[in-house]
Amino acid sequence: MATIGTPTNISQGSRTKGGIGESTLRPDGTLKVTGEFAYSSDMWHEDMLWGHTLRSTVAHAEIKSIDVSEALATSGVYAVLTYDDLPTEVKNYGLEIQDTPVLAHGKVRHHGEPVALVAADHPETARRAAAKIKIEYVELPVITDEASATAPDAILVHEGRDDHHIGHVPHPNIVHRQPIVRGNADEAAERADVIVKGEYTFGMQDQAFLGPESGLAVPSEDGGVELYVATQWLHSDLRQIAPVLGLPEEKIRMTLSGVGGAFGGREDLSMQIHACLLALRTGKPVKIVYNRFESFFGHVHRHPAKLYYEHGATKDGKLTHMKCRIVLDGGAYASASPAVVGNASSLSVGPYVVDDVDIEAIALYSNNPPCGAMRGFGAVQACFAYEAQMDKLAAKLGIDPVEFRQLNAMEQGTIMPTGQPVDSPAPVAELLRRVKARPLPPEQQWLTAGEEADVRALPGGLSNTTHGEGVVRGVGYAVGIKNVGFSEGFDDYSTARVRMEVVGGEPVATVHTAMAEVGQGGVTVHAQIARTELGVSQVTIHPADTQVGSAGSTSASRQTYVTGGAVKHTCENVREKVLEIGRRKFGSYHPAWATAELLLEGGKVVTDGGEVLADLVDVLEGESVDLELEWRHRPTEAFDLHTGQGNGHVQYSFAAHRAVVEVDTELGLVKVVELAVAQDVGKALNPLSVVGQIQGGTTQGLGVAVMEEIIVDPKTAKVRNPSFTDYLIPTILDTPTIPVDVLELADDHAPYGLRGIGEAPTLSSTPAVLAAIRNATGLELNRTPVRPEHLTGT
Amino acid sequence: MRVNFTVNGRQQEADDVWEGESLLYVLRERMGLPGSKNACEQGECGSCTVRLDGVPVCSCLVAAGQVEGREVVTVEGLADFAKQRAEHGGCATAACGTTLDQAKQWEAKPSDSQTGEGSELSPIQQAFIDAGAVQCGFCTPGLLVAADELLERNAEPSDADIREALSGNLCRCTGYEKILDAVRLAAARQEEAV
Ligand code: FES
Ligand code: FES
Repeated sequence: MATIGTPTNISQGSRTKGGIGESTLRPDGTLKVTGEFAYSSDMWHEDMLWGHTLRSTVAHAEIKSIDVSEALATSGVYAVLTYDDLPTEVKNYGLEIQDTPVLAHGKVRHHGEPVALVAADHPETARRAAAKIKIEYVELPVITDEASATAPDAILVHEGRDDHHIGHVPHPNIVHRQPIVRGNADEAAERADVIVKGEYTFGMQDQAFLGPESGLAVPSEDGGVELYVATQWLHSDLRQIAPVLGLPEEKIRMTLSGVGGAFGGREDLSMQIHACLLALRTGKPVKIVYNRFESFFGHVHRHPAKLYYEHGATKDGKLTHMKCRIVLDGGAYASASPAVVGNASSLSVGPYVVDDVDIEAIALYSNNPPCGAMRGFGAVQACFAYEAQMDKLAAKLGIDPVEFRQLNAMEQGTIMPTGQPVDSPAPVAELLRRVKARPLPPEQQWLTAGEEADVRALPGGLSNTTHGEGVVRGVGYAVGIKNVGFSEGFDDYSTARVRMEVVGGEPVATVHTAMAEVGQGGVTVHAQIARTELGVSQVTIHPADTQVGSAGSTSASRQTYVTGGAVKHTCENVREKVLEIGRRKFGSYHPAWATAELLLEGGKVVTDGGEVLADLVDVLEGESVDLELEWRHRPTEAFDLHTGQGNGHVQYSFAAHRAVVEVDTELGLVKVVELAVAQDVGKALNPLSVVGQIQGGTTQGLGVAVMEEIIVDPKTAKVRNPSFTDYLIPTILDTPTIPVDVLELADDHAPYGLRGIGEAPTLSSTPAVLAAIRNATGLELNRTPVRPEHLTGT
Repeated sequence: MRVNFTVNGRQQEADDVWEGESLLYVLRERMGLPGSKNACEQGECGSCTVRLDGVPVCSCLVAAGQVEGREVVTVEGLADFAKQRAEHGGCATAACGTTLDQAKQWEAKPSDSQTGEGSELSPIQQAFIDAGAVQCGFCTPGLLVAADELLERNAEPSDADIREALSGNLCRCTGYEKILDAVRLAAARQEEAV
């Protein structure tokens, strides 16, 4: 221990361990591997009731009557609530547009819409009672696509729409529309030697997080309620819950409970208001846990899309122009549709230089399941289409598809179609180069020298459908661009509270934010930032709740950037306060206190020359520093509603994939052999987590390429496959090795130069797999997911 | 009905169990052992995997009445289970499994079976943390039980063996690569220890 006034030198080696750039381990890891980590579905309270939601069995209907008498008379039932029981005039909620009823009133607009709630002493009692509620529906025709939504005589999904988008959209069944016009696409098209057109269909994907929607509401003595819930943004939930309950926000205390994955599916409310209503009505704690079936109805999905593209290029492989029209199906309620439209349109060109564009993206209201946020948010659908177009163009011009992309790749300084310059590194060509340079996995790996084929490595796997005959290999590439953070002028800030004090003879920092840890590892990174900035090894992460200011959403790849930025900013200010205390206490011992640049490292105050001035324990003895501060990234602006021009995005992230597939052409089965990825992360704050995020995102992209789709009956708008038996997500057998190549080209505008990483790998994974299957089979394949019948022509 | 069975080495008795209740429900809601997770109730995701007389099963598919007189090990008892296995000679060679008798001989300290506190982690638990195989962690308990059973049977599993053994366990977060790493790591450490 250094003594005051006797400066010593510390070597680099004694810097604070566990800071940024290290693969420190998750603080919640031990709890999670022992089964002790309390997920929202594990909450328990003495005397607790179970809530259950009754959902509509039809997609579009008028509700003539609801009779709850029999349900209410069931023994063990404490409450049955319908629309009429809502306590205030506010009966709807929503992220941007308040169009989602807490409980259906007058009408249901999609299959599975919540109609009534039951609280009972056993979950089965609640379910059985709910089944006794009698509802009389008068069914209405369903709106399921663009044609039915915009037909002149179409029934309006929402009557009397007067939100701020209405003047700008051509039909009230369109939620939002964003055109982007730059240059003159028609004129530029005349310079094109080749033109390719394509029509693409992107299926409805589900987030399919493993931990279903759940939570516990406990009525409190002051007439308020405590809510323990798995969510992505506590304060956004709170803002939507309070008006419906008719309570001031202070009376609703929200605490994040363990979240079993999110991927955008927890941005909208699910059971939050329902549990609070039942708890306030019964005066008892109420827990709601969705089963998997209900979970498929309880959250919004990824927008299915139709995409119409036209590109032109000159003989020497330069893009001349791009025209596209993207139709996203937002389903019955708006959710995040307006923002998804903004992303889909502004990122529709992809990471390429095209000066002349004519773009339009719209989102429909329909009677299909509501769609909103999911990892990749609007950029995913566009990437699927523009990457298919790149391959088509390259083939037509006889240029290698990677080379063609590199010829047109954007770089730092490129102007986006929105007019915004890309002012940080954009290593698109380099990422492609890296995935291409990687050695290919050996051919026909199922052939084991002299022995039987190892069927486990073949398409169809253990079902033993082939021994290699009819199996062909293909290789495909794709690259994508995703914006980071909330765009279009959104005030995207975060708040952090940091406390520093001596506990048990050690300097300790406590970081308190409302950030939702949904598995991404924010809690790990916050501790790393605090160690780096404050030079202490002991960092406690306070549970996330609404007792601290908003952290914004755990989505849009923004949390490490924005809440990480808030933690860094607050730590810097705490450090200044600590140094002030140091100067006050010990300034007279050494002139460096006044003159040198001072740092906190390894539990000590040191000069930038490495001289130790004091131990933090001595500085903080008898004192503590506690600050809560907000932090914002640089502002963005809204896109012009007619031209789409505007500096709408904060930052971009880029990833490239190479997929290697083997296809059994007889049965139409696909085995993805390898899915290599290269991504620029700016700065890897935790390399282990970075790689984990990239692999996870890649796998979700693989899923939608070959298996994942919520199937909605086009005649009835009913969901046909709400279960893990029928909605398939990749297993460990479906997922290949995913080698990851991480680039770190700092973005000077971001904290530590970092780049949001969570979403970009989801974009290019899907088109890379599709490109590989096309390469293997020679088929056109314009829809995702690819099913066996598309490959065998049956 | 009443069901008597052993959970993590401790004799348990569940009263007033409904006919339709699953082992998973009884463990989570009646025994206070929420470690086993419910993500599908259909035997598709493996989040609820426990060992029943040594055999990995989806506890959501086992009717509570079926476990009368039998032995269940959940993630909460995994560390102790692995420790006792190691102390009783473990299983250094491939394909030895756990016999019913072996399963019955094993008993955990009662305090550990409830809270897991004070017990060291099993090699597979530690490996999951070290390899970064835990993100949201919801799939983790089921994967740990399945992976531990694999390593008991097969001390040196190939990648294809690992994939096959874990193919009944869905994970939505990790992309599985780090889960493979974790199982390889635990196998390697196990080998070193022998
Ligand atoms: S909950 Fe049992 S297998 Fe999914
Ligand atoms: S870590 Fe989230 S499901 Fe596996």
